[in-house]
Amino acid sequence: MFHWLEKNPFLFSVGVFLVIAFAGVITLIPSFAEASRPVIGTTPYSTLELAGRHVYIKNSCNACHSQLVRPFKSETDRYGDYSLSGEYAYDRPFLWGSKRTGPDLMRVGNYRTTEWHENHMMDPEALVPGSIMPGYKWMFTNLADIDTAYAEQITVTDFFGVPYNKAVPMKDGSTKTIFMGSTVEEARADALAEAKLVAADMKNQDVKDMVAKGQIPEIVAIIAYMNSLK
Amino acid sequence: MHTDADAFGFTVSGIFATWYYVGQRVLKVSMAESKFLMTLGKLHFILYVLGVAAAVISLFMGYTTSKEYAEFEWPIDIAIVIVWVMWGISIFGLIGIRREKSLYISVWYYIATFLGVAMLYLFNNMEIPTYFASGGHGDIMHSVSAYAGTNDALVQWWYGHNAVAFVFTVPIIAMIYYFLPKESGQAIYSYKLSLLSFWGLMFVYLWAGGHHLLFSTVPDWIQTMGSVFSIVLILPSWGSAINMLLTLKGEWQQVASSPLIKFLLLASTFYMFSTLEGPVQAVKSVNAIAHFTDWIPGHVHDGTLGWVGFMIIASIFHMAPRIFKRELYSKSLMTAQFWIQTLGIVFYFTSMWIAGITQGMMWRSHDEYGNLAYSFMDTVNVLHPYMILRGVGGTLFLIGVFMWAYNIYKTMSARPIEESELQSATPMGA
Repeated sequence: MFHWLEKNPFLFSVGVFLVIAFAGVITLIPSFAEASRPVIGTTPYSTLELAGRHVYIKNSCNACHSQLVRPFKSETDRYGDYSLSGEYAYDRPFLWGSKRTGPDLMRVGNYRTTEWHENHMMDPEALVPGSIMPGYKWMFTNLADIDTAYAEQITVTDFFGVPYNKAVPMKDGSTKTIFMGSTVEEARADALAEAKLVAADMKNQDVKDMVAKGQIPEIVAIIAYMNSLK
Repeated sequence: MHTDADAFGFTVSGIFATWYYVGQRVLKVSMAESKFLMTLGKLHFILYVLGVAAAVISLFMGYTTSKEYAEFEWPIDIAIVIVWVMWGISIFGLIGIRREKSLYISVWYYIATFLGVAMLYLFNNMEIPTYFASGGHGDIMHSVSAYAGTNDALVQWWYGHNAVAFVFTVPIIAMIYYFLPKESGQAIYSYKLSLLSFWGLMFVYLWAGGHHLLFSTVPDWIQTMGSVFSIVLILPSWGSAINMLLTLKGEWQQVASSPLIKFLLLASTFYMFSTLEGPVQAVKSVNAIAHFTDWIPGHVHDGTLGWVGFMIIASIFHMAPRIFKRELYSKSLMTAQFWIQTLGIVFYFTSMWIAGITQGMMWRSHDEYGNLAYSFMDTVNVLHPYMILRGVGGTLFLIGVFMWAYNIYKTMSARPIEESELQSATPMGA
């Protein structure tokens, strides 16, 4: 029946390609624009939050923690409102995760504080007896990479029109503007100012000293990021 | 790290190795006939090994895009594309100078592997290096995904699910279509069934990615399509597997006498088992419990250990004596390895089933007042015994891998024998 095709490698390959590409074309293209529209109240990440997000990815937090609340009562009871597509409009890459070895973090900013994170990242078992999460002590000494976060902000503004320095509508009818430095020095200063606000709520003296000297440890950035998850 | 080592280190090695072995035989042509192809083949090997090394180092350094099976940052992605294109030239180059005009079934599957992975990998790894885009700020290795949020998830799982298809399924079917008939001396049971399975698999597989995103924020119709096509996928999958089992029709005594046939038979059995389990998990109501739990990695492991692992192990047991012109070192060692690894896989997936379903049920249970019945920590503590059993299963499999490596090593260093390549069953020492 298909013997002629098996003697013609070129047509055979074209045929295979069309058959496998078909499903992708049908499922991916139609809803692309729809799914990328942000919901009201969703803002881009600030420079420090974005640097914290990079710390989150670098340490593979997403391997054990999801960021996706499914529409079941048991999940909304445990984690808060179920997720909406537009809430992820500025997530590049998405961090939904595939496995909950630990709990979901989609809205962790609603119920955990800076101080809780600080103690928990140092020694999880001290706060959650029986926890199998390791401590992330190096985040208290490693410095966050602000320049790379800034480079990413420039890139997404230029290529995808992410609204930095523009008024974004909020749920209560007001607007909010997420600032992005016009030079890398300005971005560093801006991130430091935000870091100082986070460090003010922290207890670790070494971290406070570093921030006072103008350095931003990874722990400050990742806490800023986790506080922004609401 | 672990999935990448398994997919791109172990499985892709197996794919390349068996292609160079099988391709030359079913096309009745030698690489040595073309100086260009021979050089390309050697270069392909060197670059592949270097690429894998670079990938491992970059992941250890914390350079990751976080996308499953596509964690590598952009410079490694470029290296992967180059290695892949070299393999493509090698495939079509060899086909170009072939003597056997009709392409054997295995070659169909190798071609599909090449095209499928090329398409998926390119689209999923669309990323912009921020260092260049921002005029030289920050880390040169860093890049940002071209897709955001829900779209990124959709593209990722269109890729992720089908990377499993085109790395862990399609090329492995190519192997079994060659090695099982060769080893058993039996002709493939049905040509029509293999035709149906091939085109069916190509068409259906790509739809099923949506089942990773059930109850997420991707559109409902995509989720439903993912579910439905996952069920339909049983047909072509079982088509191939049944074709393999029936190839042994009338020759079942070989299963008892040859450990190599045991590996091949159990590989296709695990394939049937895994391709039934997957669709069950893709049913929406089952997925509500199974998603985010240990049942999912449990499913992955009965596929990768039982099907991919056994198939590549069997392929290398078949190829090594023929390449080195030696008898396999020990049949009894091979039989012992088979039983130890089978036991390991059974421990592994049963413990993961129980763990996953337990956890899924505990997360969703409410007490009589409508409050959540268990804290998250309760659901972590309860898994402890199952994780120990999982560890035992994994250790048994690992012991088997060392036995395999030792057996192959002793085969390579043994005294050569004079044998023509035409015999079907692999010669084995005691």
